[in-house]
Order: sequence, then C-alpha cells, then structure tokens
Amino acid sequence: MSEHHKDIDQPTGVETTGHEWDGIKELNNPLPRWWLYIWYATIAFSVGYMVVMPALPALPGLGTNTRGLAGQSDRIAVAEQVESLRSQRSESGAALLTASLEEIETDRGLQQFAMASGESAFGDNCATCHGAGGRGAKGYPTLADDSWLWTGSLDGIQQTIQHGIRHEEDPETRFSMMPAFGRDGLLERQQIDDVVSHVLSLSGREVADEASRARGAEIFAAQCATCHGQDGKGDRTVGAPNLTDDIWVFGGEYDDVYNTVYNARNAHMPAWSERLDEQTIKALAVYVHSLGGGE
Amino acid sequence: MNRVTLISSKSPPPAPPPQDLYAKRKQIYPKLAHGKFRTVKWIAMAALLGIYYLVPWLRWERGVGVPDQAVLADFAGERFFFFGIEIWPQEAYYMAGLMILAALGLFLVTSLFGRVWCGYACPQTVWTDLYIWVERAFEGDRAARMRLDAKPMSFNKLWRKVGKHIVWLIIAFLTGGAFILYFHDARMIAQTFFIGEAPLSAYWFAGILTFTTYALAGTMREQVCTYLCPWPRIQAALTDEHALNVTYRYDRGEPRGPHRKGESWEGRGDCIDCKQCVQVCPMGIDIRDGAQLECIHCALCIDACDQMMKKVDRPTGLIAYDTDVAVARRAAGLPTKYRLIRARTVLYSVLMVAIAGLMAWGLLNRGTFEVNVLKDRSPPYVRLSDGNVRNGYTLKLVNKSGETRAMTLEANGMDGMELEVVGIEADEQGRITLPVASNGVDRYRFFVTVPEDAADGRDHFTLLLQDTATGELHGNRTSFMAPGD
Repeated sequence: MSEHHKDIDQPTGVETTGHEWDGIKELNNPLPRWWLYIWYATIAFSVGYMVVMPALPALPGLGTNTRGLAGQSDRIAVAEQVESLRSQRSESGAALLTASLEEIETDRGLQQFAMASGESAFGDNCATCHGAGGRGAKGYPTLADDSWLWTGSLDGIQQTIQHGIRHEEDPETRFSMMPAFGRDGLLERQQIDDVVSHVLSLSGREVADEASRARGAEIFAAQCATCHGQDGKGDRTVGAPNLTDDIWVFGGEYDDVYNTVYNARNAHMPAWSERLDEQTIKALAVYVHSLGGGE
Repeated sequence: MNRVTLISSKSPPPAPPPQDLYAKRKQIYPKLAHGKFRTVKWIAMAALLGIYYLVPWLRWERGVGVPDQAVLADFAGERFFFFGIEIWPQEAYYMAGLMILAALGLFLVTSLFGRVWCGYACPQTVWTDLYIWVERAFEGDRAARMRLDAKPMSFNKLWRKVGKHIVWLIIAFLTGGAFILYFHDARMIAQTFFIGEAPLSAYWFAGILTFTTYALAGTMREQVCTYLCPWPRIQAALTDEHALNVTYRYDRGEPRGPHRKGESWEGRGDCIDCKQCVQVCPMGIDIRDGAQLECIHCALCIDACDQMMKKVDRPTGLIAYDTDVAVARRAAGLPTKYRLIRARTVLYSVLMVAIAGLMAWGLLNRGTFEVNVLKDRSPPYVRLSDGNVRNGYTLKLVNKSGETRAMTLEANGMDGMELEVVGIEADEQGRITLPVASNGVDRYRFFVTVPEDAADGRDHFTLLLQDTATGELHGNRTSFMAPGD
C-alpha cells in the first residue's frame, strides 16, 4: 500500500484502507501473526500431501498419475468396500442360494433381504425397459399386472430372467415366432383388416362392420388359433398373449394391432445369467413376483 | 486492535507509528479477582465441568437389550437417549427444536443481560478459566508470572512451565476422553480405550478434542473470541441500549485521576485510575473505553473496582451491569429507568414458551406405535386382466416398544375392495394378522383391488390396524388411484 493515502481513524487510532462507503471506512487491522504461520503450515502440508497421496496427473510418457506413498486409489477403495459389503451379506446371500424361491418368499428375514437387493438390481438392470416398479411401457410388458405372456410363477420368472426371451445365443431361452402375415404375403390387406376387427372384438370392443368381423373370425380360426387358441385366450407355452383381456403390450389401438399382424413383433429380452449371478437373479425373481402379478 | 467504541471518553490518540501487516500477540496476565462475580464464576465453572465430566456415568434403567446410560447418542443403534426420553432418527426435529430453543435463549439473555453466555457459560471461557487457575497454581499471580516470563530459563522456571503444561494436557485429555463417553457405553469405552480396542473414531475424536482444548484454552485464549468466534459480531444485532452490559459509569467516574488519602472528592470523578479493572481482565482490554467487541462480560472488572472503591471509601458500582440509556440519562442529570420488558425480550420469551410447549406436547403425546403407508408412485395403478383396478402400497410399522406385537389389518371405505398382503395368508375368517418386531420398523407390501366400475380417478380408503393383545386401534387414510379424472 502506498504511503500517500494513509488515513487514521480517529476513535480507534487504526489506519484505514482508504476505502469509504457512505462515510463508513474500513479499518486496516493487522492480522495476528499466527494466522500467517497457519498459512505457511497449510503450504507445508500440501507438499507432504502431494508426496503421500495421488497428486500429479498423468504426464506424457509417465502413463498414469502419481500414486503417492500411501498408494491411495478410489478405485481400489470402492472395490474393497464392495467386497466388505459382500462378506457382510454373505450369510443372507448364501441362504438365498440354498433356499427355494418359495422358502425365500415365506421367510420374513429372507424375503426382506431379497426384496431389498432385488429392488436395487431391478432399478439397475430392468427398469430401463420395464419401468420403475415394473409399470411397463409400449413394447415392454407391465410386470405389476396379472397378465403374463409366458408365466408368472416364481420359477417361471426366474427361468425368464436367466435365459431371456428369443435370446438366440442361449439354447434354453424362451422362443416362439409369430409370422409377419402382411409383410410375408400370407394375408391380403383386406384380410388383415378383417382379422383385426375380430381380435378387437375379443376384448369386448364394438366393431363397426360385423361382416368384416365374421370374415376375420374364419381367418383367425385358420391362421391364429394354433397359438392364440380358438377363444383367443392365448397359450403361455409359446408366449402367445391372451387377446381377450384388453391388456396390450404393443398398444390396443386399431393401427397398433394392424401393425402387429402385418409385421409381427417377436420382442427380445437378454439372458441375464450372462451378466448377473444366481443370487441376484433369485432376488430379482422374488422382487418381480411381489410386484403384484405373482402367481 | 479492532475495537468498536460506542462511547469514547478519551481524546483522540496521537498518530501511531507505521503499522505492521501482522500483529504479534500481546501476552495477557490476568490478575486474580475477588468478589461476588468471581464467586459466581467459580460456582458456574464447577457446575458446568461437573455436568460435562459426570453425566455419561449416570445410569437409567430401560429394560433388556436397551442401553442403560442416562444420556447417550447411540449412532450404531440409531437412537438418542436422554433419561426417560428416547429419540429415533425420524424424530430428529426434536433436536432442531432444542437448537432453536438454545438460540432463542441466547438471544433473550443477550438482550436482557448482554453476553452472559460468553462471560459465564461458554466452554472457551470455562476451560480458559480452569487453565488460568492451573497456571496461577504453578507460576503465581499476575506480577509473579510477568517476572517469571521476563527471567532467563532456570530450573525453577522450567519445572513450573513443564508442570503447568503437563496438567493442561491431562485436563485436555480428560476433556477429549469425556466427549466420547456420550457416544458409547461409558464403562465399556473407558476400558477398551486403553487396551486399544475402541473404534478408530473414538481415538480420533478424543485426540481432536484433546488438541483443541489444550490449544484453545492454553495458548489461544482471548484470540478465539476476537478472531475465531462469530458471536461477538452477531451480538451487536441482538443487544441494544436497554441491555444490561458490564459498563463503566463514566457519568460518575470522570474526570478520573489518582487520589491521595484525605484529598477532597469535589470536582472530580470516582475513578482513581488504579487500572485494577485492566489487570484482572482476561481479554486485556480497558472497560473504561466503553462497549467493545473483545469484552466477554465476565464482570471480573466489577469485582476489582468494587474492592478499590471500598478501600478509598467510595460507593461501589463504578463499574456495574448498567445500560447505555441509564448512564447517558444520569450524565444528563435525568433519573434512570430500566426496561427489561421490551418488544424483543417479549418476542423471544413468547417464541421460547411456544416452542418448548410444542415440544413438550409432542413428547408427551407420542405413542410407541406408528403406521406409515407409502403408495407406489410407479405404477400409480394397474389394470388387471378382468378389468379390475389395483394399487400397490408399502406399509411401514414402527414399533418403539420393547415387545413384539401382532396387528390385524383391514381396509374400509370403497365398494368391493379387496386387500392382499404379500407373504401373509389370511386365516379362515379372512382375517390378516401382521407380526411386528420390537424396537424396529417392519415393512409389508400390500395391494388393494377394486372392481372396474367402483373406481374413478382419485378415491380414498381407511386402513385399520388393531393390536390383537391390547385392542389398541390405529387408522390411516390413504388415497387410491384409478384411470379417469
């Protein structure tokens, strides 16, 4: 600070900084000297910290950042924490492996453990398509209702999660194929219109053209009933949906159903045994079963 | 010195020599005071230290499986125990309430009597007082300490200094050690601590508090108040001209000057400029300069001055608890008036009574059982294959008692509604009974299904839980979502 604007505050006898706001002046009180020493100490600390802890980023030719004498690494720390959590859970986890799914569901302790780990695994892996809480989305079945394409039993759900649906790399995957009636030239457009009228009528919709519906019923009996059944109630062994319950995976509007018949859908779900361990899959099965559709 | 001078009784000082950027600390040698405020401070110190060191050792019987320590913050068990009161994590608002009460209490006492907290009850003041007492025991009073510090090192000086620091460190360790007793079973941790089996956090906190006690009460002292503590800055907003502060009554003291025995007191003030008030001050200030940021209102200068006034046969109270208004009025020849009941003191008192009453009401009326129903947000509702509409819920049952319970569950309020709990079978009469563990939270998932035509948009139903043993009834009104508006 230059000498020429040194201003002394009269009541206190302390120099001011020369700054003034509406007549209020800022006193330039000296800092306590130990404050300065603490600042020096923080600088000394930072040098020690750089030696002990990872500090310098990767430099050209060095490959990685400096590791420091302590060898601290967040990656290793996370791995250790995950490992310690695993070992903490190993007792309940082992119990999950040995118990049957029914036993897990009826044992309060095991059920709560499976529900907790199943919920978090569902959020990480399944909710992307099936939605939070299994609410479903167009093209992805709702898991919280009582309508199942394949099965809603505990073992069946486990099987589906393990091997997936139409996951061709897995020999045990659930598989079926609906023909693309329109695209592959099996039915004319007019015929498809007729079939769609009939299919919509199965769940109690009113149909405008009764003659068209009647023609559609004949085509349905010839082409669709093999899998979906004469009454349209579906067949779970081939994953053919029940067409009478007004629950539509791919949408229940006229155009949606037309599109389904014309192009077929044949949706795909990966086999999760490739990515998740058995314990997690069991927990997921119990969790999905509890969402409301469990049979 | 950063000093807020409200009333300046001195003429402007001469221009000081050029200032250094950094100030060296001036060692303060407070002299021992004798008098009623010193006595009050000794008693306050003994009581506060006694509470701090002894409370963790008090026991309070609570039953099997629950800690029997009267005051305990049990982080592992997620409970806070205070004699007959047990606080769960979800009741942390009692802690917030306690802090609001403490803050308002501080505001109230500051607007009435100034910085009573700083002067008598602040840990910084209490432990500094204790440390100065130790210092005095080893090195003597003010004059002896100043002489000792001026002397070169000798055996006499060495053992006094070393002895003082050892006792300081022991007190510091006892302070840090007592702190962790509040977070663990005191008898257990007092043993495991010394054989190296206490949790690492216990050693950390004991170490940190040992260090801060030694550093803040031993070496930092008044600098904590002037440089580190925000309270001296905040108090300016809480005190006013009607607050009873430790005040030099300049109306009576000025003009000051030395007085010889037998001289007349005519035409002069009562202050004999003996500087006793400065010598006893633990903050190293002169109270006669008026209200100051550094002053912690410990009232030791009152004791020192009263003693001198008695010696020279003048009335005591030249320095006393007084208000700016009273001093100014007397100086102007007007009668003094004190106003303890003011808008702000009434406001603080009313708020304190209201909050304390609310907390007491809450504590007295809280039960040992709580029902919380969380409705699934995703999906908000599910349409089943038969057209019925179903909602999913999570039921949380909080049982704060030491006994397990069995609660029957039923739902009323919507036509044709059906209730189903995951993992629980209804008995022959269709009754659902839920077991609830003691001292914990039990969760159940349940579903409510309503016929298609009974549900439209948002509806409500009531969940009824009844204790099968005591008949105690709990209800919870919950919403039901269905398609529609």
